[in-house]
Amino acid sequence: MKKTISRTARQNAITYGIVLAFFAVMQPLAMTGKLSSSLSGLLIPFCYYVVLAVSLNLTVGILGELSLGHAGFMCVGAFASAFFSKCVQGTITNSLVRFLLALLIGSAFAALFGILIGIPVLRLRGDYLAIVTLAFGEIIKNLVNVLFIGRDSEGIHFSMKDSLSLHLGEGGEVLVNGPQGISGISRDSTFILGTILVLLTLFIVLRLIQSRDGRAIMAIRDNRIAAESIGINITKYKLMAFTVSAALAGAGGVLYAHNLATLTATSKNFGYNMSIMILVYVVMGGIGNIRGSVIAPVVLNLVLDYFLRKFQLMGDSPVLQFLSDNRMLIYAIVLILIMVMTWSPKMVEKRNALFGRRKESKEG
Amino acid sequence: MTFLNYLISGISLGSVYAIIALGYTMVYGIAKMLNFAHGDVIMVGAYTVFVAMSSSGLPALPAILLSMAVCTVLGVVIERVAYRPLRGAASPLAVLITAIGVSYLLQNLALLIFGSNTKSFSTVVPLSPLKLAGGQITISGETIVTILASILIVVGLSLFINRTKPGQAMLAVSEDQGAAKLMGINVNGTIALTFAIGSSLAAIAGVLLCSAYPSLTPYTGSMPGIKAFVAAVFGGIGSIPGAMIGGILLGIIEIFGKAYISSQMADAIVFAVLIIVLLVKPTGILGKPIREKV
Amino acid sequence: MAILEVKNLGISFGGLRAVNEFNLTIEKGELYGLIGPNGAGKTTVFNLLTGVYRPDSGVIFLDGKDITGKRTIDISKEGIARTFQNIRLFGKLSVLDNVKAGMHNHHTYSAVAGILHTGSWRRAEREMDEKAMQLLKVFELDQEAEHLASNLPYGKQRKLEIARALATDPKLLLLDEPAAGMNPQETQALMDMIRLVRDQFDMTILLIEHDMKLVSGICEELTVLNFGEVLAQGETSTVLAEPQVITAYLGE
Repeated sequence: MKKTISRTARQNAITYGIVLAFFAVMQPLAMTGKLSSSLSGLLIPFCYYVVLAVSLNLTVGILGELSLGHAGFMCVGAFASAFFSKCVQGTITNSLVRFLLALLIGSAFAALFGILIGIPVLRLRGDYLAIVTLAFGEIIKNLVNVLFIGRDSEGIHFSMKDSLSLHLGEGGEVLVNGPQGISGISRDSTFILGTILVLLTLFIVLRLIQSRDGRAIMAIRDNRIAAESIGINITKYKLMAFTVSAALAGAGGVLYAHNLATLTATSKNFGYNMSIMILVYVVMGGIGNIRGSVIAPVVLNLVLDYFLRKFQLMGDSPVLQFLSDNRMLIYAIVLILIMVMTWSPKMVEKRNALFGRRKESKEG
Repeated sequence: MTFLNYLISGISLGSVYAIIALGYTMVYGIAKMLNFAHGDVIMVGAYTVFVAMSSSGLPALPAILLSMAVCTVLGVVIERVAYRPLRGAASPLAVLITAIGVSYLLQNLALLIFGSNTKSFSTVVPLSPLKLAGGQITISGETIVTILASILIVVGLSLFINRTKPGQAMLAVSEDQGAAKLMGINVNGTIALTFAIGSSLAAIAGVLLCSAYPSLTPYTGSMPGIKAFVAAVFGGIGSIPGAMIGGILLGIIEIFGKAYISSQMADAIVFAVLIIVLLVKPTGILGKPIREKV
Repeated sequence: MAILEVKNLGISFGGLRAVNEFNLTIEKGELYGLIGPNGAGKTTVFNLLTGVYRPDSGVIFLDGKDITGKRTIDISKEGIARTFQNIRLFGKLSVLDNVKAGMHNHHTYSAVAGILHTGSWRRAEREMDEKAMQLLKVFELDQEAEHLASNLPYGKQRKLEIARALATDPKLLLLDEPAAGMNPQETQALMDMIRLVRDQFDMTILLIEHDMKLVSGICEELTVLNFGEVLAQGETSTVLAEPQVITAYLGE
């Protein structure tokens, strides 16, 4: 209906507006040097955190499946694109063109991995996807650490042992150096590009959700058997949502990689910890709430990283010190509390009674 | 002869996986949830023994019993505080995400208390290694104890479930919670008991794991925990003998993978097993097919 | 020609013969009832017809086409739609979207068109909105089009499920205990609505029901199942008068 379309359009506009407003405030401040270096250093991370959270929410909130390997897809996107940028640094000198190509390559590779994992696992019940994606994230991280790629006049050399076994000729250079990763990447990421990527991610995800395909995906989430009975192809739509989510995570990885001079894969940036952190953003912003996934990463990072540090400088408080030292502990507690508070049937009942809503029908 | 040595250490590692997998498979079969924190309970069990033995100077056996008690209480508390409120939640993801939160909480609490330094765990097994075939084959005391312990546990657990009243209640709850309730079975109590047993087994697994691989960190439990879940799926989730078979097979695959293919790829091989099993026979070796009621 | 023709259908679950030698012929536009005591295998028949279970024996013809052993989604495309005994709606979707989801295979556009909002998207969505609202009007749900399906009262959820099934534009509609949990007034209103659906959409309907009043009130023909076997089959008044049917229902 006309009315609905205009209402969802308005809701979408608010979400885009939040991103644009944040950009409009931050960009001039950053340009004129009014931001502290720690805060201006957070601007690009904000962008990829939001891209990652929004894309994970597509899997968790809209598709209703748990992925614990989101950082793995980010890792694929980061390494594929950084490798590409490193290879063409001499040939493509326009950083914007190079970045856009890198973005395409990073997302395409991540999407490919999404399909490869999704096909066997999405047919099974949810818990398996959680385990397999977790395993995938760890495997990718390990693989990248034993990957050595070099280039000389003869072409590309490849090894999984060490850089010496690449047997590079005179003037050859090591492009990917195992645990040392890829160094000398051109830092093509900017806050403007990051903001555009956030808007693009939102555009794709929001419009997908509000299309025929999105309806099918959410129908599967709400009742798989009923969705099948009205002719919705379960595997196809699960795979579609999962692959789009993986591709966007890859895009986030591209932004991440091009914000660094040296890209390595450690358990900090691409491990389980990162996947969980993104999941925390999604849960805090609200599972299935896309706008929440835009706001939560920024607010959490501002509060935990920026303001806590600032307060600490003003006075030595043991509580603040503890909070900033044990961020992951706080995340874990908050995650449990939010889940129990928002999803426990008793709490839902209490909330409904409070707001006078009818009790939800229960599945038999 | 190296082949036999690899096989023996595979069976030894596999026996540890089997004990952990039993905890997963019982909880999965009865409470229908993947308890992500199970691996971290192992870590708590190992730290308890470590502290009891090295700081308090307790002998091995009391330390292990203490550790089992600590883990049992921990398992029951986790179930009561974090999982039970979410039983019957609108989305099955709710309890899964909470379990991840609990796993994370345990790891970070251990990090806060014990720091990230690796603690060197001293073995609890006083046996000297057994040498066979003129010293070509060595079986360590830990291996012997681990294999014996896993066999004892599987036999004991099977007897418990098939011969005792609480065991039968577990079976009933795993078949149909609603019907079990109507028959007067205390469903919450039965699930709590399942967590208690699974967690006390986790303590034993933790001690055996750290005796064989004597380095202890807050993350010690998480990888073996995940692999044990793979073992449970491999053997057929919900099946006790299946957990044993799956665990031992997975242990052998991992050790052979490390020895003959690549040590860095051993984990990848284990997970590849999971994907192949899920593709070929999603119910595992001994699992029952689950038919969704329409 | 018969819309549905089932011959010698059967399935076993672990040694138990749940449905045995089941035959059924339904003519176009007919309102047909499938009755029987609890556990007689009625829902199993529905699950066999809709491809949830694969039959061990027998054939199913829909409108002259063999659909035996096809997957659920293909059977939906061939033209069988159903409702469920325990309501299965898309709870977090709006009432309107539940119906539009039912039109999934009729108004299509690519995912890219959906993201770029091309002309094909605009056309398909407009058609779907119009058709869905018409359907919702028939079921008096148009006022609640924007509500979440899970927030509807029970009776309206039942109606919405029928509306969603009709949105798939079926040749045959299967209703699994549509009056379950309804009071006599609601049941009466439901009877009127089922008749209305048949007349207005020229629909063939097969329904499972416990409520004898509803069955004898609207069904032209009946099949009675007991322990997976057909106990009686034929015109409603004749079947209900047969002694073995009365015994099966009321006991000795």
